[in-house]
Amino acid sequence: MTDERVFEETIAKDQRVEPRDWMPDGYRRTMIRQIAQHAHSEIIGMQPEGAWITRAPTLRRKAILLAKVQDEAGHGLYLYSAAETLGADRGDLTRRLIEGRQKYSSIFNYPTLTFADVGVIGWLVDGAAICNQVPLCRSSYGPYARAMIRICKEESFHQRQGYELLMTMMRGTPAQREMVQDATDRWWWPSLMMFGPPDEESPNSAQSMAWKIKRHSNDELRQRFVDMSVPQAEALGVTLPDPALRWNPGRDHYDFGEIDWAEFKRVISGGGPMNAERLAHRRRADEDGAWVREAAAAHAAKRAEARA
Amino acid sequence: MSFDDAYDALTDHDDDARWAYGTGFSDPLAGVPTAVPDGVDPADLAAYCLMLGDDALVMSHRLQQWVTRAPELEDEMALANIGLDLLGQARLLLSRAGEVEQAGIEQAGFENAGGPARDEDALAYLRDPADFRNVRLAERADEDFAHLVARLLVFATWRLALLDRLTSSRDPVLAAIGAKGVKEATYHREYAAGWVVRLGDGTDLSHTRMRAAVDAVEPPAGELFEPHEVELRLAAAGVAVDPSALREEYDGVLAEVHRVATLPPPPPFEAATVGAGRDGVHGPELVEILNEMQELARAVPGGVW
Repeated sequence: MTDERVFEETIAKDQRVEPRDWMPDGYRRTMIRQIAQHAHSEIIGMQPEGAWITRAPTLRRKAILLAKVQDEAGHGLYLYSAAETLGADRGDLTRRLIEGRQKYSSIFNYPTLTFADVGVIGWLVDGAAICNQVPLCRSSYGPYARAMIRICKEESFHQRQGYELLMTMMRGTPAQREMVQDATDRWWWPSLMMFGPPDEESPNSAQSMAWKIKRHSNDELRQRFVDMSVPQAEALGVTLPDPALRWNPGRDHYDFGEIDWAEFKRVISGGGPMNAERLAHRRRADEDGAWVREAAAAHAAKRAEARA
Repeated sequence: MSFDDAYDALTDHDDDARWAYGTGFSDPLAGVPTAVPDGVDPADLAAYCLMLGDDALVMSHRLQQWVTRAPELEDEMALANIGLDLLGQARLLLSRAGEVEQAGIEQAGFENAGGPARDEDALAYLRDPADFRNVRLAERADEDFAHLVARLLVFATWRLALLDRLTSSRDPVLAAIGAKGVKEATYHREYAAGWVVRLGDGTDLSHTRMRAAVDAVEPPAGELFEPHEVELRLAAAGVAVDPSALREEYDGVLAEVHRVATLPPPPPFEAATVGAGRDGVHGPELVEILNEMQELARAVPGGVW
């Protein structure tokens, strides 16, 4: 059997493609791009919430937030490692990120204005990420699928913690309830954009579906997220900022309003409120740490030489 | 795993191994008797818990400031981890300080007897700088990564020696906190020493920076070994550790790390030129830390989080 035939059968039988297996160049490129963008999103995603660690209003919330941001660094690490099994190099991927040549989730280009944003990011942003990522636990690429299982477990923990923070704040002062509503208003639409462009405008989807590195369409996942979020918003006591949102018994789904795709395009191509700052922060950390990494490499080389 | 409902798919808990740190968190103080030991002044014990708790809280804050700007992802993880460990120690110690303080109030029959104890958050968020009892080392800002690891090496070496001795405290709560902290501080010291060695031995540039950092951080560290009168009274009662007894272990570790890092031997301690953090005398750096830490908690009176 040819290499290509083995690959196709592996996909057809829903088995996993492993690092040493033959795979088409396009599959490899697509997987590297997808995993790297996911890894970059974890790393850039540390910033909006990381900004609140030092200001968290109780020690318990501080510990939860610090642990969460640490988890995100861990997710970035697993994912860069998964990308390296495909022959990518972490340093090279980092350069692509900070030079703006590879993308990350546009959701992290919005600012975190109050502590309620920490809760809403957990509830909606992590919730949307879970909807996107649970199917990826069955990705045809083995190392990615396995990394996603652990990541999804941890994300679900973050989602529950975020929702619990909001529940607590809603029992607090009127000012706190306003904070939660305001944060919901600001994050709802960007969360819906996390599922990507509508199906008819999603260029890479068909091939990705065929390769089983994508399992559901963008619109399908977005609908699922809306259907799950509406009852959660009701339980919380907040209003989702969409007058068109209503149950449609004919479809057995919630209908919702038109997404502002012009904004989506603007933010994804660098025009969001925080794009420049997020990348500048990462670039600064990379530059400030260069001498440290060089020192570690020099020390390791000296050690290796001494042993030889 | 079911994929029809993404959240439902994640609620099965039969596979703990999938979690990075497991799901079985245990309370280090479970079953530990909490009465103030005989012959010990509760005010002293509360003050001592604040000293050790504030050291951890303030040092943790400085580590939190490094998250998202460390040289490598592995260091983001490590620094967050150390910050979390210290935050956990701070929470136990501040909670204990509040309980013991209240026990003293009850015992003395003061007019605020019967009121609630100050909890960890009241102590962390509602005290002013002059009421903090941390050593000045904990509050120092780090100019660069070399300063951070130099400071962490001094702090963790000293704290490990302290917590190790605290495990035989006559106060079972302090002994339990010590036992939990020893495992953590062992890693903190190892992490810091590893970087001091890499930077000291690495390149000419890193050697120069590491040397500048130890020259800045180590000489003022004499404060760590100056006993406060509260420490002396509690040490005599078998409850606290006299920090002057930690000097030998500290000197040995620092000398060895400097040697392996190809740095000159540790510089001598300088005579104290500033007041002691243990007496509530702090620099503008603690004010800056508390402004940041307490801002939100104080801005929403009656808020629940």
